Amino acid sequence: MTPDRILPTCLLFFAVGAPAAAQEQGFLWAAGPVAEAQRAHFVSILWWMAVVTVPLLIGLPLILWRYRLNGGGGRYRRDWGASPLAEVAIWSVPVVVVGFLAWNLWHATLSLDPYRPLGPDPLEVQAIAAEGHFLFLYPDEGIVTVDRLLLDADRTARLKLTSVDVLRSVMVPRLAGQIYAMPGMTTELNLAAFAPGTYAGLNTQYSGPLFPEERFETEALPETNWHARIEATRDGAGPLPPDVLQRIAMGDGAEAYLAADADLFARIAAPSSHGAHR
Amino acid sequence: MIGLFLGTLRWDDVTFVEFWRTPDLNNAIAAAAAGLLVLGVVATLILLTVRGWWRPLWRDWLTSLDHKKIGIMYVALALVMFARAVAEANVMRAHQATAALDAGLVAPDHFAELFSTHGTIMIFLVAMPLLTGIMNFVMPLQIGARDVSFPLLNAISLMLTAAAAGLVMVSLVLGHFSTGGWSGYPPYTGADISPGEGPDYWIWALTLSSIGSTLTGMNFAVTLYKRRVQGMHLFRMPLFCWTVLCTSILMIFAMAPLTLATLMLWLDRHAGFHFFTVGSGGDMMNFANLFWLFGHPEVYILILPAFGVWSEVFSTFSGKRLFGYLSLVYATMAIAVLSFTVWLHHFFTMGQSANVNAAFGIATMLIGVPTGVKVYDWLLTMMFGRVRLRVPMLFANYFLVTFLLGGVTGVLLANPTVDYGVHNSLFLVAHFHNMLIPGTLFAMLAAIHLWFPKAFGFRLHEGWGRAVFWLMAPGFLLAFMPLYAMGMMGGMRRTAYFSDPLFRPWLWAAEAGAVLILAGFAALVVQIVVSVRRRDALAVPAGDPWDGRSLEWLGPAPAFEFNFAGEPKVEDVDAFTALKAQGEAYRRQETYEDIEMPRNSAVPVVIGALAGLAAFAMVWQAWATAALAFAGVWAVVIGRSFVRDTERTIPAAEVEAAHRAWLADVAAATPVHRRDELTPENRGLAEEPL
Ligand code: HEM
Ligand SMILES: [Cu+2]
Ligand SMILES: [Cu+2]
Repeated sequence: MTPDRILPTCLLFFAVGAPAAAQEQGFLWAAGPVAEAQRAHFVSILWWMAVVTVPLLIGLPLILWRYRLNGGGGRYRRDWGASPLAEVAIWSVPVVVVGFLAWNLWHATLSLDPYRPLGPDPLEVQAIAAEGHFLFLYPDEGIVTVDRLLLDADRTARLKLTSVDVLRSVMVPRLAGQIYAMPGMTTELNLAAFAPGTYAGLNTQYSGPLFPEERFETEALPETNWHARIEATRDGAGPLPPDVLQRIAMGDGAEAYLAADADLFARIAAPSSHGAHR
Repeated sequence: MIGLFLGTLRWDDVTFVEFWRTPDLNNAIAAAAAGLLVLGVVATLILLTVRGWWRPLWRDWLTSLDHKKIGIMYVALALVMFARAVAEANVMRAHQATAALDAGLVAPDHFAELFSTHGTIMIFLVAMPLLTGIMNFVMPLQIGARDVSFPLLNAISLMLTAAAAGLVMVSLVLGHFSTGGWSGYPPYTGADISPGEGPDYWIWALTLSSIGSTLTGMNFAVTLYKRRVQGMHLFRMPLFCWTVLCTSILMIFAMAPLTLATLMLWLDRHAGFHFFTVGSGGDMMNFANLFWLFGHPEVYILILPAFGVWSEVFSTFSGKRLFGYLSLVYATMAIAVLSFTVWLHHFFTMGQSANVNAAFGIATMLIGVPTGVKVYDWLLTMMFGRVRLRVPMLFANYFLVTFLLGGVTGVLLANPTVDYGVHNSLFLVAHFHNMLIPGTLFAMLAAIHLWFPKAFGFRLHEGWGRAVFWLMAPGFLLAFMPLYAMGMMGGMRRTAYFSDPLFRPWLWAAEAGAVLILAGFAALVVQIVVSVRRRDALAVPAGDPWDGRSLEWLGPAPAFEFNFAGEPKVEDVDAFTALKAQGEAYRRQETYEDIEMPRNSAVPVVIGALAGLAAFAMVWQAWATAALAFAGVWAVVIGRSFVRDTERTIPAAEVEAAHRAWLADVAAATPVHRRDELTPENRGLAEEPL
């Protein structure tokens, strides 16, 4: 843990961060450029906010002690209700702090836009969030993986997201933030990892009884391993059945398929696929 | 035919029958909750009958249009609902803490029902009635008015809120509540995925309570514009009244999108509309938009009255004028205006352009400026004061500190960059509880302690009040600090079980905190009972137990039914302090006049009952019953408009007698120094400060 990781952990947890440190999940344990930037942004806000919070934390006990009814030494000025100097200070300090924070926010928001590609020639993946499971389609590779996202650690990735029935939200916390996956719509999320590794991914939006199980593993592999892995997957997989979603829901899905059906994603993401009910 | 009147309601929907058919732990818990409710109702009915309290209940309370009694009834309703919602929070936490070892206590759908009812109840049936009740009781007194502008409407608002509470309570026994959370997003709550009665319970409970709140907003705003006593300029109103004004304006404009969004959802569900259904041109994103167009101003509806209460508490218990009155007024108004410009921060992650997110993020952070100003104004209010850490002041100082943390995490969440990482997580849950518990809930507890003597004539027991504080204050930290941590470790809200064993210690800590808060609530109940028992020693008939500063402390405790015998003179923000300083607070009046007060009316009760029945019938698609009940509501409204004789006169002699009796109490009381404020010597007369 570096010092700036300790700061937010301790500041916010009050308690010791030991169990948290062992956890190594979430954007504070960043493993990709976006999460790393999120963490840095998070910490910088804490520092800025200290400008307004610390004086109060110091002043409050002093005032409570000095002006207490029984034995307090402070002067009693029962009609003291205004002081131009103090008022200028208490308006202008927050204005300045919020000014800086706003500047900071603007730049961070634009440069970390999840829609913004993180590098040239990203790996294209289409993610379909369904009840209890995620399907990842790799159009250029012609395969589909279930509940496992295979990334090339030397390449950035661009996810196209949609959901089968309800609103969901897809995130791999250690790599980048989340974006909603919505039925009948397509959204986008760009990801990259600093190094090979396995990172947890999940749906964050309540979607029904299977919600706690809507998780997937993101495996970022070194380039050569990634190619080999894709090959192996392709060799071991059968064709994608048309009723793949039902099968997976029934528990007799495979871990991967050959995507003969190139526009499965487009069909599910089309508003018309949801038809009129009743 | 019967279908028209009973709709889809069947025996199998009764929770007890469900348990009988499938007797597992999950259904046992549901049946136990339903059983507790039925027992509670039966016990109340028996008590009322045995004690012969039906008549006084009807005559003095249910049909009363007195703003003070309506306020008290709001608070009582909120406390009953709080008992349920806080118990639910404990069940959720206990379930999560045990869920990894085995299946936990409840089934996943039942867990979803619990967070949905907990959230819905806490917001609409605990926080809203609490603050509406306090505003009702205090605001007219503070501006020197005899009542609100529309007393009948006021009672109707209360009864609609009570009907909403009744509807949510009935869902314990008949059928199930929604599982879609307090925000009820489609498509999850749409007919395809949630075909049952659950979302309809949610829709109609919200409809009833939001109509009640809209009417309250109008009523209070008009009262503040029109009913201020002579001399009470806008800029002489106590700060609490300013927050009531801003809250009322927010209520008028913010509740409408909610009422509309839920009704549109109902049309989607039952009438084949497609406002939010995917395909056929509907768009679920519009629901999020409408919901938060209400939802964000709503959080300021919840917090502004709290800011008002804190302002009164800091100044009263520092024995000193509020610091930066004008700053606080402008800060309050700024917050009210800005609160309509930030709703998008609840869905930064919906895929809109980064520019839009940045604009709304900055707008959100701007609210931090007036909020920060307030915090420092409160701090400076204590400076040069004589600070007494009575129970409301304990809560107030605890609030100052915890509010900093809530403010910091709020600013963090206002940054889309950070929000992408913690949206939907327990970090967010921790943030909003951080605002709602030390902010709203504790402010309302402080308000109850502060104004209780004015309502009932005696102070609340201080020792038990401290017990409430010392249970709830650490309870909150224990219950919610772990959630910040879990949220940053990737723990999401509304998760029925966390498979990761590393969450376990945090979950147990959170459970322990929830138990402490529950214990704090129990202490509050004990405190009320103990105080009632010792009411003679705690009585403050002269009316001014805390050396109060604004007009509500002029007059006896409990307050005159007609609030003031004459028109109080107002020459300062701290109008009552000025009167005391000039020696005019306890003057006999030369002349007394007849006073007109609104006559009691059964109309609000009938309207509330019929509206509740209509809503219940809509839930179960019993169209005929619904139509009849709805027609009944309007028949009563029309019928009432023909009643001309709605006022009752209190003769001058009666006013004079009451006023003299109070002055005699004042004469009999010895003025107490603030040091002795908590002793039985405090009969409600404050010593002249040096
Ligand atoms: C008294 C102690 C309280 C405890 C222990 C508590 C606990 C909880 C828990 C366990 C949840 C579910 C979190 C999740 O979904 O993972 C929750 C949600 C919520 N609580 Fe509380 N809560 C308390 C008080 C309050 C108060 C006072 C309010 C409002 C005035 C409130 C408003 C909410 C809301 C709006 C939700 C969100 C429900 C949803 O997800 O739709 N709670 N609370
Ligand atoms: Cu969308
Ligand atoms: Cu908001």
